Amino acid sequence: METIKKRKQTAVYVYEAPLRLWHWVTVLSVIVLCVTGYFIGSPLPTMPGEAIDNYLMGYIRFAHFTAGYIAAIGFLGRIYWAFAGNSHARELFMPKLFSRKWWGEVWHEVRWYLFLEKTPKKYIGHNPLGQMAMFFFFVLGMIFMIITGFALYSEGLGQGSWADTMFGWVIPMMGQSQDVHTWHHLGMWYLIIFIMLHVYVAIREDIMSRQSLISTMVGGWRMFKDDRPD
Amino acid sequence: MIESQHPQGEPADGVTLMPQSIETFYEVMRRQGITRRSFLKYCSLTAAALGLGPTFAPRIAHAMETKERTPVIWVHGLECTCCSESFIRSAHPLVKDVVLSMISLDYDDTLMAAAGHQAEAALEETIQKYKGKYILAVEGNPPLNEDGMFCIVGGKPFLDQLKHAAKDAAAVIAWGSCASWGCVQAARPNPTQAVPIHKVITDKPIIKVPGCPPIAEVMTGVITYMLTFGRLPELDRQGRPKMFYSQRIHDKCYRRPHFDAGQFVEQWDDESARKGYCLYKVGCKGPTTYNACSTVRWNEGTSFPIQAGHGCIGCSEDGFWDKGSFYDRLTNIPQFGIEKNADEIGMAVAGGVGAAVAAHAAVSAVKRAQHKGDQE
Ligand code: HEM
Ligand code: HEM
Ligand code: SF4
Repeated sequence: METIKKRKQTAVYVYEAPLRLWHWVTVLSVIVLCVTGYFIGSPLPTMPGEAIDNYLMGYIRFAHFTAGYIAAIGFLGRIYWAFAGNSHARELFMPKLFSRKWWGEVWHEVRWYLFLEKTPKKYIGHNPLGQMAMFFFFVLGMIFMIITGFALYSEGLGQGSWADTMFGWVIPMMGQSQDVHTWHHLGMWYLIIFIMLHVYVAIREDIMSRQSLISTMVGGWRMFKDDRPD
Repeated sequence: MIESQHPQGEPADGVTLMPQSIETFYEVMRRQGITRRSFLKYCSLTAAALGLGPTFAPRIAHAMETKERTPVIWVHGLECTCCSESFIRSAHPLVKDVVLSMISLDYDDTLMAAAGHQAEAALEETIQKYKGKYILAVEGNPPLNEDGMFCIVGGKPFLDQLKHAAKDAAAVIAWGSCASWGCVQAARPNPTQAVPIHKVITDKPIIKVPGCPPIAEVMTGVITYMLTFGRLPELDRQGRPKMFYSQRIHDKCYRRPHFDAGQFVEQWDDESARKGYCLYKVGCKGPTTYNACSTVRWNEGTSFPIQAGHGCIGCSEDGFWDKGSFYDRLTNIPQFGIEKNADEIGMAVAGGVGAAVAAHAAVSAVKRAQHKGDQE
């Protein structure tokens, strides 16, 4: 970002393997969580036959909880990787909210999306606007979903369970169980909005910006399409 | 609560004959004509209801035989008396006849024989005589607006009576959802500013026994536990006795296999309703309601709402009046002007974002076509 000299390079290794693996595991589990979560809230039409021959709701909930565990443990792993990985692994958690220059670049990026700038800037890591969206939509949204999710999960495990000890306090804080359900449900839409924007922007920028995106999240290498300075 | 001054036919001898040295529970029971056999049955029933196991029945019996009965003051604020109605319908006959006198309802303006000044004098006498020892049971709650003028007892705001009676109480029981959470009189927009009693009584242990009304066996179980063991039952985070409120209706519901199977009543008159499928889709609040209805049931264990074919309305949960329809699974979020549920809000916003993305993509494509080659 700051080092203009580096710009001569046409490819930089940014996303290390654990981070990429984490990204795609998260993609899968969050999609499973959204689909199963939606059907927990609004179940599918009634199953024919005897109760003993069916376990549809049970399987849907099982998938939700399993994906929930995977997403949550993955998220903890991602936090660990922010310490263990390269500097780009830290960007997700640290938007430079107190840097004037950074806000200037956010503004530049907004103008680029409003078709007011002819050329976008080049970034090895995330562009500042993307970084901000990732932090506010994804990081905060995910933390919220994990906390409310395990609070709901603690109701099934019962009082005195580890989940109850760690997350049970959330329920009275939000009012009652029904409120936690409602907030958890709203949180899903918050994440869905992130995913819609994120996927659109990833594809758009892959085509229109001066650097690679999707292949970067697959192979780890950021490819720049030109040699001009930022 | 002017209606509460009516004398009733219930035996409430604690008021009129206040014995010199207090009797034991057992003595009271025998005086009421209860046989020993019946007494022991009550003890084992109570032990079972409290989830204590059979070995505890003799302990309960022993305590009842040796301990002095505990004075109870039962006050009524803004309420509908459904808690009292439930209480006197407790399954075991002993309750109606005995638990009432056993706990020596020294003051209960609904159930006692005395009325008017006599009643207020009885209250004062109990407070003085048993300072720091009596249990204060509160049915209903105080309205704070207009200095409490929306609920007058004996010519004074109930708020004052409540504070006065709570000052020297050993412990306080909050009967029902009114005293515990606020219930209907505290529902939006709450014109009288009715508040649950823990907003007013802040220096005493409060046992919440929510429900509209609470189950009779739960009420007597809580009282019997306190009397026999001389301590409060173990409470959960929100102050409810764990023995009755640690699980949701849904956790022990007999329709649960249909929930897990994905078999739901879709409409009130459909085939699934006749087959007794799960009521989740027609708004059952069992999955979010902590109470003992699906295990203890009502009216001597006869039935409970879900067994009767209606979903749980969540009456023992905080603010259950303000969560929108009883018949919707996804409840309304009133903060959004026109009441909407999470899916309606989410889909509307996601639809807007989707449209914006599509429009943005279209403009991007046009721009890109116009400037083909500019970039290199
Ligand atoms: C991206 C993350 C997640 C999304 C989008 C999501 C979505 C949802 C949705 C929409 C519901 C239905 C809420 C309702 O209307 O009742 C739900 C329920 C639930 N979720 Fe999640 N969830 C997520 C993460 C988690 C996590 C990490 C856990 C923890 C294990 C979890 C546990 C639960 C539980 C226990 C329920 C209630 C199930 C029931 O009532 O039967 N969720 N989720
Ligand atoms: C098929 C759909 C998806 C594609 C094509 C995709 C693509 C990408 C790409 C290209 C990046 C790198 C951005 C950059 O280079 O600056 C990225 C980062 C990221 N994506 Fe996705 N993504 C998808 C779905 C998701 C989903 C569903 C989530 C989570 C809800 C998600 C969360 C993230 C996060 C948190 C990062 C930041 C990674 C980091 O800094 O550690 N993505 N994604
Ligand atoms: S009827 Fe209600 S409490 Fe019973 S299983 Fe269905 S949702 Fe749960």
